[in-house]
Amino acid sequence: MSARPDVPRPAPRADLLRIAEWIEPGSRVLDLGCADGTLLAHLQETRQVRGAGVELDDDCVIAAVRRGVQVIQQNLEEGLALFGDGQFDTVVLSQTLQSMRHTEHILREMARVARYGIVSFPNFGYWTHGWSILCGRMPVTGQMPYEWYNTPNIHLCTLRDFQRLAAKLGLRITHLATFHGQREIRFLQGWRSTLAVYRFESPNVRAEA
Amino acid sequence: MTVISMIPASAARAEAPEGSVGYVSPEFLSFDEPLALSSGQVLPAYTLAVETYGELNAERSNAVLICHALNASHHVAGMDAGQPDNVGWWDNMVGPGKAVDTDRFFVIGINNIGSCFGSTGPVSIDPETGKPWGASFPLLTVEDWVRAQARVADYLGIDKLAAVMGGSLGGMQALSWSITCPERVGHCVVVASTARLSAQNIAFNEVARRAIITDPDFRGGHYYEHGVVPTHGLSVARMVGHITYQSDEVMAEKFGRAQRAPGPDGRFHYNYDVEFEVESYLRYQGEKFSRYFDANTYLLLTRALDYFDPARDHGGDLARALARAQARFLLVSFTTDWRFAPEHSREIVRALLKNQREVTYAEIDAPHGHDAFLLDDRRYHAIVQGYFDGIAHRLGLPARRRTTGVLA
Repeated sequence: MSARPDVPRPAPRADLLRIAEWIEPGSRVLDLGCADGTLLAHLQETRQVRGAGVELDDDCVIAAVRRGVQVIQQNLEEGLALFGDGQFDTVVLSQTLQSMRHTEHILREMARVARYGIVSFPNFGYWTHGWSILCGRMPVTGQMPYEWYNTPNIHLCTLRDFQRLAAKLGLRITHLATFHGQREIRFLQGWRSTLAVYRFESPNVRAEA
Repeated sequence: MTVISMIPASAARAEAPEGSVGYVSPEFLSFDEPLALSSGQVLPAYTLAVETYGELNAERSNAVLICHALNASHHVAGMDAGQPDNVGWWDNMVGPGKAVDTDRFFVIGINNIGSCFGSTGPVSIDPETGKPWGASFPLLTVEDWVRAQARVADYLGIDKLAAVMGGSLGGMQALSWSITCPERVGHCVVVASTARLSAQNIAFNEVARRAIITDPDFRGGHYYEHGVVPTHGLSVARMVGHITYQSDEVMAEKFGRAQRAPGPDGRFHYNYDVEFEVESYLRYQGEKFSRYFDANTYLLLTRALDYFDPARDHGGDLARALARAQARFLLVSFTTDWRFAPEHSREIVRALLKNQREVTYAEIDAPHGHDAFLLDDRRYHAIVQGYFDGIAHRLGLPARRRTTGVLA
């Protein structure tokens, strides 16, 4: 569906544009925690994907419907039981992993419902975080603007931490992109980036995929 | 096929409020072509009461059929011209500038056969006997209703409906349309509904039916001939139903344990008259209902609810039943609805996703139980409005001119 003129539409963030590049045109995409549907609307327009989003927040669900994005209101912590095995080509979890209680479970579920998974999360290994801790304080930055007592981020990790978990779950990492704000970081990624975006392939190899 | 138009009463009227479709009158469409029913019986001819709002466009692409639930009718929106206090049952949803916007959509409300608001039903005269059908009226299914409704679409020259929408039993009809006439439905909007009743749902229906059937005035369903009405049974049936439409939470808030007319120092009366407010409320609702609703219709409609199970012909596999569907879907459920709890809607969503159908699902955290589908919840109305604006956009209908009603 083309853009509705009555719905405002800000330019997608740099990390979302990069995610879009990793998605095959015309493929089936599931966006977990799709917020107001910005990424899916962008993908529908520019890559003609068949997309669906999952979102819990009422206002976000309404905004996504207004954008003409197919959205399913559900708490991700309850898993992806509504979705069958291999129903999608790519499943995206953007900046949500770090606030989920069941980290391993959601990654396994992603690998079950799609061939490719894309995950982004704030990089706890960003150098000022280490400095902050050396100075005796928990880090507070643009990507993680919360104090220790009110943060929803309960499972923070570094790039290497995530790679270890991916290996444990049999997820084969195919791509990595890192960002500092709108700027992509290509050198000393583990130290200099605030946001990491990984693309991985599911271990469940399917003939039809 | 003949049409009898009611001439609207033209007494001095108050101006219609903003967002209302105004004063409306039904048309009565008579169909002579026999209707073969799921039961194997044939209804030789029948009349349907129909109301429409808005204008059908030249392409005939902007029609929305609204299907009614148990006790409602074709009178979906606006004020009945003959009885202006009688406001349509979904007037908060349908009207110029409302979620289902009659500035752009042509909305159709049909009283189902078997009902008692002007369409052929148990109260009508059986041409073979010259007496009211009563209990001899054939039992009906949701699919029978859909086939009868499809003939109204034929009559109006509408090949494909932009949307079919309904709540509860109306939602079942919308769902059935997507299976029964898949090529004739663009969008299917199913609110607070289910693809099949649970044992508990059937159990409540059975209690309601037993209340009616065991009323001495029921007379085996032929009470019309005896000049009586099983009001007690019908009233109890409505009381049971009413309990299932509300959440424990809302009843607690509305009534709590408040006493109706307590004795001195709040003393109980120690008898079986109305002691608590909730009893008074239920009795009032039951009695009011029994004055205008037909007992045989109540039996017939609850049975149609029980029978609905599109997966039945597919080994219980709802996804297979929905494999024929071509529509895009919107499903809405309410967290405190324990009559058709969100899990009922999720089951439909799961089956649609399995078929790669396009589906949007909203689970509204509202306190009002099943009744929420008729109430003014902003989030719920925003979802429906956003969805219908999307339909309008997809069909190339004009953009929304105004927002009235719940979201104004």
